[in-house]
Amino acid sequence: MEWETVIGLEIHAQLKTKSKIFSGAATAYGAEPNTQACAVDLALPGVLPVMNRDAARMAVKFGLAIGAKINQTSIFDRKNYFYPDLPKGYQISQLQLPIVGEGSITINVNGEKKTIGITRAHLEEDAGKSLHEDFHGMTGIDLNRAGTPLIEIVSEPDMRSATEAVAYLKSIHSLVRYLDICDGNMQEGSFRCDANVSIRPRSQEEYGTRTELKNINSFRFVEKAIEFEVERQIDILESGGRVVQETRLYDSDKNETRSMRSKEEANDYRYFPDPDLPQMVLEDWFIDAIRAELPELPGARRERFISDYELSDYDAETLTTSKELADYYEQAVAILPSQPKLIANWVNGELSAGLNRNAIRITESPVTATMLGQLLTRIDDNTISGKIAKEVFEAIWRGEGNADEIIEKCSLKQISDNSTIEPVIDEILSNNPNQIEQYKAGNGKLLGFFVGQVMKATQGKANPKQVNELLRKKLDT
Amino acid sequence: MPINNDDVEKIAHLARLGISPDRLETYTKNLSGILELVEQMNEVDTSGVAPMAHPRDTKLRLRDDVVSEHNERDKFIKLAPASENGLFLVPKVLD
Repeated sequence: MEWETVIGLEIHAQLKTKSKIFSGAATAYGAEPNTQACAVDLALPGVLPVMNRDAARMAVKFGLAIGAKINQTSIFDRKNYFYPDLPKGYQISQLQLPIVGEGSITINVNGEKKTIGITRAHLEEDAGKSLHEDFHGMTGIDLNRAGTPLIEIVSEPDMRSATEAVAYLKSIHSLVRYLDICDGNMQEGSFRCDANVSIRPRSQEEYGTRTELKNINSFRFVEKAIEFEVERQIDILESGGRVVQETRLYDSDKNETRSMRSKEEANDYRYFPDPDLPQMVLEDWFIDAIRAELPELPGARRERFISDYELSDYDAETLTTSKELADYYEQAVAILPSQPKLIANWVNGELSAGLNRNAIRITESPVTATMLGQLLTRIDDNTISGKIAKEVFEAIWRGEGNADEIIEKCSLKQISDNSTIEPVIDEILSNNPNQIEQYKAGNGKLLGFFVGQVMKATQGKANPKQVNELLRKKLDT
Repeated sequence: MPINNDDVEKIAHLARLGISPDRLETYTKNLSGILELVEQMNEVDTSGVAPMAHPRDTKLRLRDDVVSEHNERDKFIKLAPASENGLFLVPKVLD
């Protein structure tokens, strides 16, 4: 039987506010336990929630960016459950009337575009953290995270493969960072994802029974968890069993999903409107002001890179994954507008490799966009070859100066003067009579050998194009 | 009656309320009475009336995103029955 995979994702993105959604406590990551948990977060008697305007603003910003209907009147509900990291005994969330209604986002999978529906996005508060290491048989509770604003972004079951799910997750990840509403840090948990996965026979319209995968905290794990789960469900159905609707935990060490001990009556959340919070009404001017400050979005920027700079889908996609990287690229292009493709190759090549090697972000790159632009200008005007440019790049990275200073200091200027190159070639030819014979006998590959020798003799400084031409002239006549 | 003793026990458990067995019947009767009243109200045709989330016709007040609360851990942690290294301690929860 041929099976079709059906995936929907629920993404939790922590909003980049300074204070919590309903209290004035700080949201900064990594503080000492419980030093950022105030009376409201601790649910001490008599406290009341007061809504953070910027959390609403950020949620609206997201809604506008996915072309969604903004519900100018929305309602906060209580989602009731008992867990020690939720001191109130309920989470303030939005059920019936979320701030962001239906929208969509376009993803790119292997050059093909696909639109993924987004059902809704609602505001809610995060819970605290339970530390299960042994405290004399007890559990430790840190409530610093309690009350951190989240938007939960719920997709339609529109994805048909793990690859599509990852592409969607990456698109949302890139979008929230472009919008500057979430720092996107998956290790720190500010961007998290649950996946609803089911399979059905390819011809069947009705969805199969789904399982919900939790605890997936990297793009790679999303892919692996879904792939594992699809295989598991196929095995069950093909051996005559049936899939049970349940929540499963992904274990990245073992690369498997396993059933979570089902919290008793976990799904009986008894939602009701929170009497502490009247309806949230957002005026037209509030929405219009947010719309006016929307930046160019990643999808639009990618298309512009393709049309303005004639970049491939791949280059444009890679360069627009983060706003900072795209800004860097465009700053370099401003310096050398005639070579957008060369610049793309360097940004995606040497620069990205250097950033990865040193585990730093583009904003921390020792080679600035201006420095890279200046360096590549020297390739463009034939001052240095691409190969030498890599050395110069390394030197700039090490802080030895800008391109021109390094080229000057290390005498790296390309030799483009035939009267200097020719004697070198002549000497190499006279030292290698055997190779010349073989070349003339038809072994064309030996041209590369001669080029290599000349480059070696000139410490890589001879203009390779000229070396090639001169060698051909001498050998082929 | 709209609900029975089992329903009441389940609701009480979800709300972590302890109910003594000799009071169970009374709760079931009282709660059923409330639900019967709601059922009567259900008979009124409310199509065309927007659902009301709050009895008061007021709007949510929004505050500026400013950190106004500072670290008072030492005070709060004294209220807890058990703590260690700045963490509140609770009976072990298994997940």
